[in-house]
Amino acid sequence: MSATEPTPELLPQTPSQTVGPFFHYALTEEPIDRLDPDGQAGQAIVVHGTVRDGAGDLVRDAMIEVWQADGGGRYRHPADGRSADVPSSFIGFGRVAVAKETGEFSVTTVMPGTVPGRGGTVQAPHLNVHVFARGLLNHLHTRVYFEGAAANDADPVLTGVPSERRHTLLARPDGEQDGLRRYRFDVVLQGEGETVFFDA
Amino acid sequence: MSTTDASYRRRDDAAYPPLDHPDYGSTRTRHPKQPPVPLEHTLSEVTGPGPALAEVMPQDADLTTNAGTGAEAMGERIIVTGRVLDEDGTPQANTLVEIWQCNAAGRYIHEGDQHPAPIDPNFIGRGRCATDEDGTYRFLTIKPGAYPWRNHPNAWRPAHIHFSLFGPALVTRLITQMYFPGDPLHELDPIMGSVPREHWHRMIGDYDHSITQEEWALGYRFDIVLRGPDATPFEAGGAGALA
Repeated sequence: MSATEPTPELLPQTPSQTVGPFFHYALTEEPIDRLDPDGQAGQAIVVHGTVRDGAGDLVRDAMIEVWQADGGGRYRHPADGRSADVPSSFIGFGRVAVAKETGEFSVTTVMPGTVPGRGGTVQAPHLNVHVFARGLLNHLHTRVYFEGAAANDADPVLTGVPSERRHTLLARPDGEQDGLRRYRFDVVLQGEGETVFFDA
Repeated sequence: MSTTDASYRRRDDAAYPPLDHPDYGSTRTRHPKQPPVPLEHTLSEVTGPGPALAEVMPQDADLTTNAGTGAEAMGERIIVTGRVLDEDGTPQANTLVEIWQCNAAGRYIHEGDQHPAPIDPNFIGRGRCATDEDGTYRFLTIKPGAYPWRNHPNAWRPAHIHFSLFGPALVTRLITQMYFPGDPLHELDPIMGSVPREHWHRMIGDYDHSITQEEWALGYRFDIVLRGPDATPFEAGGAGALA
């Protein structure tokens, strides 16, 4: 370790770099767009949307990753002591590129349940989302909540966001697709209506 | 048992690139202008897909043959290996490592790459593997070429390999690039230049003669350090471990 490291007791983190425009063959050749293929993890829904830049243009080389709990609000991960109850086919992870033609991303998943928060709080149903694209030197981290969900009003994260920006974290009902309830969530990287991004 | 008190250390902001880096033109309309909202870690952040994603085939780690054409990729054969660790030096076992890169002539097989350099039909430029118990990964590939891009006049990207890792939690997710030692293009590259120079060594692989194999391939070592836990996140081997 070099003498310039400020915290010599720790190894230095490897910095992030952009995903660039040419990730598709490696990361999305086999898109993960059905998070609950066996339909056992909860109420099936479709979440779709676009990514736009500060000029209002569609970002056509973006990639979206989704991480979420199942319908019971449980994560498939050893840090969640309830993970043994998550249906085995549900990994809770999705990864898709936006379609080059339409600029849209879409995942078929389940409505997550409420998730325990810090200090005995309850987190409203949400998807954890990472946005990657050329021009993003570090990926962006946001959450997708669902408009009208009863638990939203008490969610410690959502209520901690300035009220005038809270709407950028809400997916809105958007009809049906293949008989499933569909929600729309558009990501705005910059400017008017800019999505709230989190520093986690 | 509490499942929500764990957290991870924060990003090393001294070494991480800013989102707004005008020298890299693509950031101008894509960087958020509002400061990010601090998020305390909850079960949502200390869990992540990583532990469930390590299913790979041995041939996935050999980019010289994984195009499946039966012929070998053209170029300078190299071995790239290293360990995935967290800040405490704990090996990150069974972690998915995905890489992608251009070919020896500096061209991606991607249809969006119109650089007039030859496409190698025997090189798709993607690979993946899982780390072993020691956190070690290993790829056999072809040294990528430099290629031009239109960021600024006479702009060329230094040779690099893209790396994607998940680690144990949502907040350990990392996409980075490994650069090669001694490349004169480092000084001129605004993407690399988004990271302060004193931290470039974290992104540059080391030539390692002990990895090099006689009459076969040159060897490079590239260790990757992910964010580490700030507290014991869960009881090892405790309830709910993945089946």
